[in-house]
Amino acid sequence: MTQQQTAGGDVRLTGISKTYGSFTAVHPLDLTVPQGSFFALLGASGCGKTTTLRMIAGLEEATTGTVSLGDRDITDLPPYKRPVNTVFQSYALFPHLDISENIAFGLRRRGIKSVKKQVDDMLELVQLGDFARRKPHQLSGGQQQRVAVARALINHPQVLLLDEPLGALDLKLRRQMQLELKRIQTEVGITFVHVTHDQEEAMTMADTVAVMNGGRVEQLGAPADLYENPRTTFVANFLGTSNLIEGDVVSTGDELTVAAGGGRLTLPRERCSGPTAAGGRLLLGIRPEKISLAHADEADTVAAGRNRVTGRITDSSFIGVSTQYVVESPAGKALQVYEQNVERDTRLVPGAEVVLHWNPAHTFGLDAAQDIDAGATSVEDGE
Amino acid sequence: MPVLRWIRRNLVVIAGLLTLAYMILPNIVVMVFSFNKPKGRFNYSWQQFSLEAWKDPCGVADLCGSLSLSLQIAFWATLGATALGTMIAFALVRYRFRARGAINSLIFLPMAMPEVVMAASLLTLFLNMGAQLGFWTVLIAHIMFCLSFVVTAVKARVMSMDPRLEEAARDLYAGPVQTFVRVTLPIAAPGIAAGALLAFALSFDDFIITNFNAGSTVTFPMFVWGSAQRGTPVQINVIGTAMFVIAVLMVLVGQLIASRRKSNARN
Repeated sequence: MTQQQTAGGDVRLTGISKTYGSFTAVHPLDLTVPQGSFFALLGASGCGKTTTLRMIAGLEEATTGTVSLGDRDITDLPPYKRPVNTVFQSYALFPHLDISENIAFGLRRRGIKSVKKQVDDMLELVQLGDFARRKPHQLSGGQQQRVAVARALINHPQVLLLDEPLGALDLKLRRQMQLELKRIQTEVGITFVHVTHDQEEAMTMADTVAVMNGGRVEQLGAPADLYENPRTTFVANFLGTSNLIEGDVVSTGDELTVAAGGGRLTLPRERCSGPTAAGGRLLLGIRPEKISLAHADEADTVAAGRNRVTGRITDSSFIGVSTQYVVESPAGKALQVYEQNVERDTRLVPGAEVVLHWNPAHTFGLDAAQDIDAGATSVEDGE
Repeated sequence: MPVLRWIRRNLVVIAGLLTLAYMILPNIVVMVFSFNKPKGRFNYSWQQFSLEAWKDPCGVADLCGSLSLSLQIAFWATLGATALGTMIAFALVRYRFRARGAINSLIFLPMAMPEVVMAASLLTLFLNMGAQLGFWTVLIAHIMFCLSFVVTAVKARVMSMDPRLEEAARDLYAGPVQTFVRVTLPIAAPGIAAGALLAFALSFDDFIITNFNAGSTVTFPMFVWGSAQRGTPVQINVIGTAMFVIAVLMVLVGQLIASRRKSNARN
């Protein structure tokens, strides 16, 4: 196919924005999706991620800015002239056509006559060979989802856009389809741009994740990098859980020392995106699984040089692989700690006095001049 | 009490059958009397079995002429009302424009207004415009009152259509025309067909509006009405029965095709 030979080029968004009347859905943003990568746009609903995707597809006209594919500016092309295909959230399979005609739709519209072989290959790829003559409503959600992927991929688009494609599936099926999509992407080597609100999904599947909030990209990077080095409280809270402790810088150097929670905590200077001068206010972040718990009676066994905070367990829940503790301390009312269930200390029950300690290198620093709870919706929802 | 229990268990079926009987009884009477050989001019009491009327359905002067006229009017009225009504329905559901709300409620006016009022005011209008009463005035009137029914039927269908389907078509290389022909139209087809059937039935048997605006033209319902004053030929029952049978056959064939398609898809 000619499309495969010319499958060249990154998706480049330059100063692209979208406003509806006085409401700005997407603020001018620049984004480059490298060719062949699995790219995720992650954010809560209404953050502008779907609008961004639809502007790449051409289903939404950009208010400002340009979309280009490789060297080609496609900003003014209608959707049916763009070498880009979409997997819709609701799948949008044509109810009056059977599965094989659904998949053949794109080829037929471009005047390709002999579609049988390609359709069969596609059905094979998504493992739906026996369903060619069924109507969409006779398929389960997971099968419909695979048809939607096949219908888009058969056209060998330069970019495949996925708009929350797994949102309607139950958890187990979703995990399975995540692996499936990842397998297909590796197999066909096409650029995938995946929109999702599920941070776990984004981190499992994507090479690069762009976290969006309020119509802007908050941070962009590899999943591990985003998780370990969030630069805003939104990213810190939205991607997994973070304990954020407020404090003042008291001494600088390669290691920053911060007065926080009635004690001294240290962190590497290169992991701090906030003010590093003495007197600057910081939020120290530490992931729950990086913290170890020791009973107060054994406080002196904690190695020197580790960050430590004292507190009292207010809640514990047994999850299976780990136990999740909530600890009340001067550093924060509800610090989260996840302990592996390797050697459980039976004294660690609600009410117990404990010492939280962790390697200072695992601490990251954020500017305190932001909302400490930004992006922490899941915690609020749980209450 | 086994009898009571049986009744209780089959109550829904019994109620359904009774309702069906209530609806079908008049048709059966028409059918039976199409085989009658009446004494005198009125076909109101059973005399004896005869196939005379069936052998010569056009045997009464002007009957088949009026029938053909009614069928022609119904055909063109259906075509006009369906085309216009479909476009109006799409416009009302898909687009936002000024006066949309007003049109949305005004379109129901012909349905809600007493027919005789509308008939009289149409006549006034036509006379004031100096229009020649006849085929065209009847056709214009029929298209007008059929419109609201078509709009209602198609609108319901279009509202339940997922606009993403058309986006998906555009995304899959279908231009605006292709999208409409390949996706929009086939999906809206059941609603359009329902509207067209309704329009045909309404136009074919309309009497009041037609009678006011037909001038010297005589449609089938007008013929039946006129002859009922002087005596009812059995041929009227023959035509009535034939129409009923054709309608039932069409429904049966439609259901047969649908069920065959369903079982095909399952295998």
